[in-house]
Amino acid sequence: MKRKTFFLFSSIAIGCFSLLPFLWFVLTSWKTPSEIEAIPPQIIPSFYWGFYRSALEQYGLLRYMGNSVIVAGATTLFTIAIGSLAAYALARFRLSWTRFYLMLLLAISMFPQIAVAGPVWRILNYLNWLNSYHGVIAAYITLSLPMGIWIMTTFFKELPYEVEEAALVDGCTRLQVLWKVVLPLAAPGLFTAAILIFIHAWNEFFFALLILTNPTLQTLPVGIALFPGEYTMPWGEIAAASTMATLPLVFLTLLFQRRIVRGLSAGAVKG
Amino acid sequence: MAQVVLEKLSKAFGGVDAVKDASLIVQDREFMVLVGPSGCGKSTTLRMIAGLEEITSGKIFIGERLVNELPPRDRDIAMVFQNYALYPHKTVFQNMAFGLKMRKFPRGEIEKRVREAAEILGIQDLLERKPRQLSGGQRQRVAVGRAIVRHPRVFLFDEPLSNLDAKLRVQMRVELKRLHDRLQSTVIYVTHDQVEAMTLGDRIAGMKDGSIQQIGEPLEVYSRPRNKFVAGFIGSPAMNFIDASMAEVHGELYAETNGIRVTIPADRSRRLASYRAQKVTLGIRPEDLHEAHPGSSGKVSFETVVEVVEPLGSEILLDVRVGQQSLVARVNSSCRARHHEKIRLAFVPERIHFFDPQTEQAII
Repeated sequence: MKRKTFFLFSSIAIGCFSLLPFLWFVLTSWKTPSEIEAIPPQIIPSFYWGFYRSALEQYGLLRYMGNSVIVAGATTLFTIAIGSLAAYALARFRLSWTRFYLMLLLAISMFPQIAVAGPVWRILNYLNWLNSYHGVIAAYITLSLPMGIWIMTTFFKELPYEVEEAALVDGCTRLQVLWKVVLPLAAPGLFTAAILIFIHAWNEFFFALLILTNPTLQTLPVGIALFPGEYTMPWGEIAAASTMATLPLVFLTLLFQRRIVRGLSAGAVKG
Repeated sequence: MAQVVLEKLSKAFGGVDAVKDASLIVQDREFMVLVGPSGCGKSTTLRMIAGLEEITSGKIFIGERLVNELPPRDRDIAMVFQNYALYPHKTVFQNMAFGLKMRKFPRGEIEKRVREAAEILGIQDLLERKPRQLSGGQRQRVAVGRAIVRHPRVFLFDEPLSNLDAKLRVQMRVELKRLHDRLQSTVIYVTHDQVEAMTLGDRIAGMKDGSIQQIGEPLEVYSRPRNKFVAGFIGSPAMNFIDASMAEVHGELYAETNGIRVTIPADRSRRLASYRAQKVTLGIRPEDLHEAHPGSSGKVSFETVVEVVEPLGSEILLDVRVGQQSLVARVNSSCRARHHEKIRLAFVPERIHFFDPQTEQAII
């Protein structure tokens, strides 16, 4: 019983500690302008919604949100489409280098982004893709493919191969097997990969900042980061915008938490 | 329907030969069983015929056509897998219809064939269910149904009964045999179970270490095994092997080991004469050992000590010992032998098999 109480309290403490910044800006978003600047700080807000309104109306939060949906959505779609083909080949074809290749993918997915930022910028500049959706989407796809392929490979490997062989005998080509048998069976896995990729793309800041200098194309993290003007620091609007930017992810995570955990631990047990 | 011909078929995984120079002719409408212990290459052979495994060397013909390079879908075969391999996301009907749909059969024809197959297999009531809602036996039927709706030239079965419980296995065995009689199709069937092989096969091919050891009708393989492996693998309980020395006294040839002396029957003595003063391996099937009549001659019987008694109901298995040698005998259920008691066992010299201890080939 004592152990249980200790466990409960320590987990609450750790949870509070981790959530504190989040809690802080959620509370801030509900404060009035004078409450924000009050010293000593006033912790309980008076649930003022004005900053939400001005974030949406004056700072164009909806546009940033729309950009983020387009960029993260397209990144997810293309990564799954390309990645599933690669993952299927890696999971099924007995090639001598697949293990090495998977290790390489894992290593690549751990590269610090700053290391590739220069080349990425130069390539996009050369293609004249800076300041475009397709430019940032292309960059995101290359970032998310290694992780996506890794997760999907693990899921594909778990499927019984005999079912695919049965489909081959029943008259399918390899691509038909993938389309008619593997993808429907691996749907939960694809979905997990998709959510993780989406979250990743939604939160990405560095490349978006680098590639998108045109405010009409910027995504949420960059847009919010650029709220402060030369002489203004709109704390309230930043807090309100951050809260709204986080909500979709909180929903996704709560809704699919079991699957996300499974995707994150993919390869830990088997693969 | 078609005949299937394997010509010096080989498969190497890395440096290991899974199948070596396997040659086999499966006649049109024949039920051929590939049988052997796990790892003998029987499944690999079947998978090469299906096109699921690349061929390292050799040729496979289905009908008149060389199929080495053909993908599975163009070989006009159907396969039933050990773990059924049903499509989990499709209903029973869709599972059975899938192959026809992929081949663009008209809907009416698909419907007709699936219903027909479902009726033969007694699964009409399950057509709308998903595989996970079925029992093992029902799944097996659906897997067979999926194969038969296609009316393929050749059926391939890869240990289809080994996931079923013993009772169901016996029942399905009979049904498969009936089905073959009805469809009159060419079947290649892989199993490690020699009882299945014996009961189902028109002919059986015993395999070991990637090589086909003997091809023949079940009873022929049983009564005239070509080597020690086939002799030991076919028949249950397995044949007893006894190392003995050949000797000749007064012109009479016999094989002897401590406690057992077998006079060589006249018709065998010519071949066995060359083994005079050498070792041979005797093979005696448990069913060829009987409780000896009192006073029976030492020429056709020997004394043993009972170690284990296993009553099966219709008969009794006796594990006995002669000197250092353990033997199994399958005796009449009227036998009253007990643990640690002595018993005399009789044999029929004509039914004893002889093997060369070095080559393990039968001395015929």
